[in-house]
Amino acid sequence: MRRRRFIGAGAAVAAAAALGARAQGGLAPSQDLTPFIAKITGGKPVERGGIEIEIPAVAENGNSVPTRIRVASPMSPEDHVDAVHVFAPRNPRPHVATFHLGPQAARAEISTRIRLAGTQKVTVLAALSGGRFRLGDFEVLVTSAACLDESSL
Amino acid sequence: MLIGRLQVPASVRKGEAFEVRVLVQHPMETGFRRDMNGGAIPINILDKVSCRYAGREVFSAELGSGMSANPYLSFFLRADASGEIEVTWSDDRGEKGRATATVTVA
Repeated sequence: MRRRRFIGAGAAVAAAAALGARAQGGLAPSQDLTPFIAKITGGKPVERGGIEIEIPAVAENGNSVPTRIRVASPMSPEDHVDAVHVFAPRNPRPHVATFHLGPQAARAEISTRIRLAGTQKVTVLAALSGGRFRLGDFEVLVTSAACLDESSL
Repeated sequence: MLIGRLQVPASVRKGEAFEVRVLVQHPMETGFRRDMNGGAIPINILDKVSCRYAGREVFSAELGSGMSANPYLSFFLRADASGEIEVTWSDDRGEKGRATATVTVA
């Protein structure tokens, strides 16, 4: 008898999980970041790599996702990171933040907490001294998206 | 006045990197949420943070609605000389706040 009930409960949980997945699928699709990036780079070439984005691969709560960004750079007056731009393409406003560093910043490393409206590829654009640019991204699975109620807007 | 906290190590060795941690109390209201009566809650974002070390700006940030409520920031500075670290912040309504800490370079 109890086993029946247990199986029934399990099925209900599975159904709820499937429903949750569908609800997330109904969120806004990923926006194309090309215009955002082009506005910053001004059409200059962008390299890949050299950026480490540390986010838990599965974020339980999209309202507060701990994020650490590290850009490989000696941070000397000649060769340093000028700015770090963070994008979340599936957020209603994809541009999350911009951090301005300089040679006085000892390391090109920033930790913060961001909002993520659903599973998406967090993208970081680093502006280096001398007009060079680097791009990196990291796929995050978000179990409970930030501000789900806005999906109905 | 927006309340916030600033944490730096009390003493650092010259030339070494040290971590500056900032936490500001702010709702970071996105403008997308609705209240109990269905009316839109107006947007209210802490959009500027700036850090000065010995009178010179060494770090600044422009934040958007994608930052979590009560924004937290951590970054690294190089210990050049003993001095005051001043972090100021302001939101889109012109509310401001600041915090200071003294770092001693040994």
